[in-house]
This record gives sequence, C-alpha cells and structure tokens, in this order.
Amino acid sequence: MAAVTSVGETPAPTAASRPRGMHVRRQRRLNVFRYVVFTVFGLFFLLPLLAMLRFSLEGSKLGTWSLSAWKEIASYQNTGVPPLLSAIEVTLELAVITSVVTLVLLVPTMIWIRLRVQWLERTVEFLCTLPLTIPAIVLVVGIGPIYNRIQHYSVSALMLFWIYVILALPYAYRALAAGLGAIDVKTLSEAARSLGASWFTVMVRVIAPNMRQAILNALLLTFALVLGEFTIAYLLLYNDVLQPELFAINRNTPNAGVIFSTSFAALLFAFALLLILSYAGRSRRGRG
Amino acid sequence: MAVAATTETGARPARAGRRLSVPSWAGTVPFFAYVTVFLLWPTAIVVVDSLKNPSGSWAFANITKLADPLVRGYFIGSVKLCLLSSVFGAVFGAILAYAVAIGNPDGLIRRLYIAVSGVLAQFGGVTLAFAFLVLIGPVGLLFHASWFYSFPWGITVIYTYFQIPLMVLVFLPAIDGVKVQWREASENLGASAWQYWRYVGGPLLTPAFLGGALLLFANALSAYATAVAWEDQIAYIVPQQIGIALSSEVGLSNVNVADLLALGMIIMMAVVMTGYALLQRRAARWLR
Repeated sequence: MAAVTSVGETPAPTAASRPRGMHVRRQRRLNVFRYVVFTVFGLFFLLPLLAMLRFSLEGSKLGTWSLSAWKEIASYQNTGVPPLLSAIEVTLELAVITSVVTLVLLVPTMIWIRLRVQWLERTVEFLCTLPLTIPAIVLVVGIGPIYNRIQHYSVSALMLFWIYVILALPYAYRALAAGLGAIDVKTLSEAARSLGASWFTVMVRVIAPNMRQAILNALLLTFALVLGEFTIAYLLLYNDVLQPELFAINRNTPNAGVIFSTSFAALLFAFALLLILSYAGRSRRGRG
Repeated sequence: MAVAATTETGARPARAGRRLSVPSWAGTVPFFAYVTVFLLWPTAIVVVDSLKNPSGSWAFANITKLADPLVRGYFIGSVKLCLLSSVFGAVFGAILAYAVAIGNPDGLIRRLYIAVSGVLAQFGGVTLAFAFLVLIGPVGLLFHASWFYSFPWGITVIYTYFQIPLMVLVFLPAIDGVKVQWREASENLGASAWQYWRYVGGPLLTPAFLGGALLLFANALSAYATAVAWEDQIAYIVPQQIGIALSSEVGLSNVNVADLLALGMIIMMAVVMTGYALLQRRAARWLR
C-alpha cells in the first residue's frame, strides 16, 4: 500500500501550474513503477517453476541435461507405490466423472430455481459457497464414516468423485451463476413456453445452449481442481491418485526427477485448460 | 387462430402441473439431497463427535479442551502463518493489482497476469512445495535458505506464492471500480495526490482491501497439502495436526482429537468468512 501512495504523491506540487507536463511525467513514473512491479513479481512467480523444470531435465550426473525424467512418466514403477501411469489414468477418469456429475447436479437445479423457485436462490448460493468455509481438511474428518460405507460397495478410487463434487461446487456455481446472469432467462422461457415448449425443453434446448460458455468454464474449473486435489485422497488413503502418488514417490525417493516432470506436465495441462477458458471467453465477447 | 393456439398451448403445461400436483421445489430435491449427504452430514458428524467421548457418550466439556496448551499451540501456529501470509499476500497483491489496473484494459500484460493469477491462485499443494524445495530448499538451485524448514518463515514464503495471485483476482475489480472522475473531481477541488488517497481513494478501497486480506486468511487457514509436502514429520498448524490425529489417535485422552480440532477450524472459518461477507457488502456500496 505504501508504494501505491508514494506513486500517487509524486505529481502533487506542480498540479496547478503545469498540468500538461505533470501529466506526462506522472505517466512516465507510473510506467516505470509498473514495469518494476511486473518484473519483480514475474521473477517471483517464474523462478520456482523454472527450478522445477530444470530438475525435471537433470541427467544422472548433477549438472547434466536429460529427458529421462519425462520419459519415465509413462513407465515409472517402484516398490511401495502404485505405477505412476495408472494413477494418472485414475485421476483423469475422476476428473471427467466429477465434472459431469457436478454439471448434471448443478445446471438443471440452477436453471429451475431461476425459472420457478426463486425464493430458494439464496439458500442454494449459500450451500454452494459453503465448501469454501468448511475446508477439505475439516470435511475429510466428517466424511470418514460415510466413506466407510461406500467402501463396502466399492474400494475404487473413482468413488472419490462423491466428495470432489462438493469441493467443486463453489467454483462451478460461480461460473454458472455468471452465465445465467448474463442471459434474460425470464423472456427466453416465456417466449418458449408461449410457443408450447415444456419446461424440460425450455431448460435443455433454450436456456442451456445459451450458457454454453459458462458450462465450459465450470467444466474446466472442476477438471483443474480434481487434478490438484491432495488432502481428501491422501487422508482417505486413496494412494493411487496423482497427488498422493507424487507425495509417496518423493517420500520413497527424495527429489526423484519424475515427480518434477509429472508435476510440471500437470501444471502445464491445468494452465492450458484455463487458457482455453480465458480465450473462449474473449472470442464470445468479441462476437457479442 | 394464432392467438387461440398460443393461449391453449400456453395454458396446458400449467394445468398438467396442477393435475400432477408436484410442487415446483421438487425439482431441487436431488441437489439438496446430495448436499445434505456429502456436505451437511459430514459437518454435523464433526460437530457432534467433537462433543462426544470416543466411547460415544456426550461430553460438552470437550470444547474447553480447545484451550489446552497443546491444542492452543497448533491454533497459534495457524494464526501466525495465516496472518503473515495474508498480510504479505494482501499488500503485494494490492500493489500488483494496482500496477495491472492502471495499464491498458485490453492489453496483453493484463490478460496474461489475470490468466496466470487464475492458475497460480489454485496452484497450491504438493507441487508448489516441491517447486520451492528445488529453488531455495536444501537442494535449491538459487540458494540454500537456512530458514527453509523454519516455522513460520519458510512456509510463509511458499504460501505467499498462491496468496498474491488470489489477492490480485479479488482486489482488481475494486481498483477497476474506482472512477477516474473521482480523481479528477478531487484534483479540480485542489486536492493533492496524497489528499486524494488519504480522503477518497484510500477509504473507498479499504473495505475491499481488508475483505481481500480476510479471504486470504481463510485461504491459508484451510490449506493442508502445501504444509504437509513441506514438512510431514512435525505439526506446526492445525491442518497438519488433524492429518496426524486422523492416522493415529494419540494425544489428548478421551477426546476425538481430529473432530475437536476440526470444530475449532469451523469456528475460526465462520468468524473470518462472516467478516469477509460484511466487508464485501461495505465495499460494494461504492464500487460497482
């Protein structure tokens, strides 16, 4: 905050006498301030990533370069940990299931509430943002007994999707609420209804296609969340999921190159997802 | 003809609805059922179990165990870490947000920083701890920080990495909401830049800034994966100790330790998030 104030302070004395010169000089100082800030923060954000990239390219001898850690992603196996590739597969499947279930649960509910039962809107919003207040580490304590029952039926790590949907609710809700807010639901539904559409048709063929962008956003955010989730999978002892797997590999073989290449690949993947999100958002605005 | 048809088809679904006599809120039952089972029930389990003995009888005196020196130590550790990382995150994040906001609204730098912030704010967890380990840890490329494993400084640096981008995301809209006209009006009335920030800009942005800082506090409080990947032998903060208590029920006798710690976290989160909601409402008064 101090820097913000001092930057604002600089042009003060000449404000009345030479407004034009002041403006130019203030602009220049602001630009210097901006580039210094961008450089410093850019370095802070980039350096840890670059260090990770360098470690993923480390050869067998210190200081050499090699791609072996990246090739190992497909084949890494060690005693005491599940094969890395299977953990990646499980995590991707989990991400797909979680995003689909989240959307199937949330999209019809939110549209229906906007159309017919608006008095429930605040309640649903509250419930959907609640997982931000009840962190995963708290949730995992209470979910233990429930997962004991689930494990009677299936011990597959894919069953984690039940709780991952809850973790995804705040992000999916916000994305979908923004999409719903941007279209005139009332007019659209009245028009469709007056043309004889059923409520089902209104939701599936009128409203949902108009919020395609928001649905895509919710999908990608949920996907990225599942890729990075550690707490619940680890503490419920589902060790064949990506993040607990990486943690276990590092415990077995500290600083194994493969954890850096896999982490970096996962990060790039998440970044690509969110870039798609931001790019798709721009192209839609451009058309409208 | 057309009018008659419209009236008839328009009226039909309403009649059908009445005939089935299904209330319109019935469409939201799946959502509420899901949230009840996987969010509200686990939370209730935590609250109830924390007030019971492991044998199952009620013991409301358990709540006083939160003041037990051992338990208190973890909470003090959590508060220390959350305070430090949220203050650094909020101050640096605000500076960065300001530098982003005064630039070209459609510029590349702004787009880049917002997209990157979106990714990095979610980039906690195991990967982040690995990245800092190979940057400044015992095997660090940049330097070997002797304080890397010291609490709270080592972990504060790591937490700040995801706190700054989150602050950028929540504070940028507030800065964007400050209208140029207010600055011009105060300059026309002869205010210096310092006076502008002291009496106009500062007070306008303060609620948004404090709200952002509180959100960062809550964010740090609920983080678990980063802390565990940084240090999994010694517990400094509540989430670490919950993790340890879940895997081995030792420590306080006659208390469900994990549940009790989780209850303490729920209480802290509720206080912080209530403060955040109030400040957000206050901030929204001017900045829309």
